[in-house]
Amino acid sequence: MTDMKTEKIPNSAEPGKNADPFLIAGQEFTNRFLLGTGKFKNKTDVSESIAASGTQIVTVALRRIDLQRHEDNILEYIPSNVTLLTNTSGARNAQEAVRIARLAREAGYGNWIKIEVINDSKYLLPDNAETVKATEILAQEGFVVLPYILPDLNIARALQKAGAATVMPLGSLIGSNQGIRVKDLVRILIEEMDIPVIVDAGIGAPSQACEAMEMGAAAVLVNTAVATAGNPARLAKAFSLAVKAGRRAYLSQPPAPRGLAEASSPLTGFLYDA
Amino acid sequence: MKDHISLKHIQALLENRDPLTTEKLARQAAVLTQQYFGRTVSLYAPLYLSNYCSSYCTYCGFNSRQRIRRIKLTPGEIQSEMQKVADTGIENILLLTGESYQATPLSYLLRAVEIAGQHFTGICLEVHPMDTEDYHTLYLHGVDAITLYQETYDRKRYQSVHLSGKKKDYDYRYTAIERIAQAGMRYISMGILLGLGDVAEDLYSLFRHLRWMEKAYPAVEYSLSFPRLRQIRGQEFCSGTVDDITFTKIICLTRLLFPRVGINLSTRESPRLRDHLIECGVTRLSAGSNTAVGGYSVFEQPSQDPQFDIQDKRAVQEIVRTLKSKNFDPVFTDWRPIKNT
Repeated sequence: MTDMKTEKIPNSAEPGKNADPFLIAGQEFTNRFLLGTGKFKNKTDVSESIAASGTQIVTVALRRIDLQRHEDNILEYIPSNVTLLTNTSGARNAQEAVRIARLAREAGYGNWIKIEVINDSKYLLPDNAETVKATEILAQEGFVVLPYILPDLNIARALQKAGAATVMPLGSLIGSNQGIRVKDLVRILIEEMDIPVIVDAGIGAPSQACEAMEMGAAAVLVNTAVATAGNPARLAKAFSLAVKAGRRAYLSQPPAPRGLAEASSPLTGFLYDA
Repeated sequence: MKDHISLKHIQALLENRDPLTTEKLARQAAVLTQQYFGRTVSLYAPLYLSNYCSSYCTYCGFNSRQRIRRIKLTPGEIQSEMQKVADTGIENILLLTGESYQATPLSYLLRAVEIAGQHFTGICLEVHPMDTEDYHTLYLHGVDAITLYQETYDRKRYQSVHLSGKKKDYDYRYTAIERIAQAGMRYISMGILLGLGDVAEDLYSLFRHLRWMEKAYPAVEYSLSFPRLRQIRGQEFCSGTVDDITFTKIICLTRLLFPRVGINLSTRESPRLRDHLIECGVTRLSAGSNTAVGGYSVFEQPSQDPQFDIQDKRAVQEIVRTLKSKNFDPVFTDWRPIKNT
């Protein structure tokens, strides 16, 4: 378990202050559910899912932003108070990711960038080594870098050192809805990283998102599950609630499951009775 | 069905006439398509630059023996054709030529690509196969995708329908797919001409070829096409026609074996079929297509035969409306050109 004492979690908030701030690069958020925008059947579903979930960070692939078509441009469906996290989807190496990030900034989409370097079109597994290279360059250039990775402690440390704002390990194969299959590895990152650990891919159900949060993840990013749901907005809301529940559970230091039954009333308490 | 693609399995599936089998297959394919692509369909349009051809392929309307008017667009005409296509909202362009190294050499293609760069975010070429170096030059000039069909993997059959010209060289064509990947291309479209050879055997070979490419060049995004052979001018080339049921099974089987691979369906198929097959595997549709050289703007009445007849004559906006009504998001741009190096 994470040593809770090192985290500043006040029992009761001072008036007007967030008792449990979620900070990325110094920016404070209150909602720990992040949403991706791919695979939706229409863009109204995107905006409704954003509204229903109350998400404050939304990721969009630069490759999918259509500058020519204003009426159907995805950006029109993302409210201005939401932080736009452009991603480098389509990049096959560090160099391409860097180019895409720079293009995004030049186009006026801000300096938050989710690095996705994928060199495998079959499994879509991120290329950790290239991701570190891209992070080194982009963090140096003043980007707020959120790298998508396979959970690997050494890589996560290298990213933190390079100036990454978070690390975003996958829970299972992207789009697979399998939840956190690499639990032990993600848990290590949660324990060892100072920057927020956001579980990014494979989360297919609110219960899985809740589990990630109970483990101590700082946030969860979901796309496919919401985008391909019968009612995306409703599921987005459910995810958001599950993330909140998981966070609360984590903060309340739930007891660990045990193999044996344990009596609720102590058996030897009588020995110490006054 | 991990690495094991069996010819027997493919044969059994294609021969199975039980509607329930087809339905089951389609349902599995639909689930996978939804999982990996969501409800999105990418749109593109073909643009024929030239119908000059130095190969004699017995089944093709452009072949060197056909007495058709040969046309090659000038840069000005290319500009005007592209403007017309871009006006419809299309952002992915497929540039095609007949296979003539003399009439449409690399320099000609580069000029066309340069003009295309002013109008489109995605540029794909479907032209004669070439050497790695030439593919790489195209890549450096902004081409991200190449379409090249083996037509048939059956060597004997291949020799019997490709009678002269460079296309006669089976191996040069077969190995081109690997050269395209080596040149750095982002997307590769492979395919067979259904009806040219034995369908099951060709499918099997295509799948094996793709599986091999996936392992050797995992960074490439692959897509497959299954153009159905139609007769030209009353000549008989087909070894057997592929009916809609078999065709549907081919699409579904492809999806099952390759969940992430794109599947293209051109306007040579009917609106009815296209509108249904996007549910069970097809991820890319051409739209508003004209398959005659200069057919969009240069020649009002096409003065030459198109390479094939179009079944789906709907305009781009009509296809967009249909997609939306069927709860699909039409995707126009799926790539932003970054300078390739």
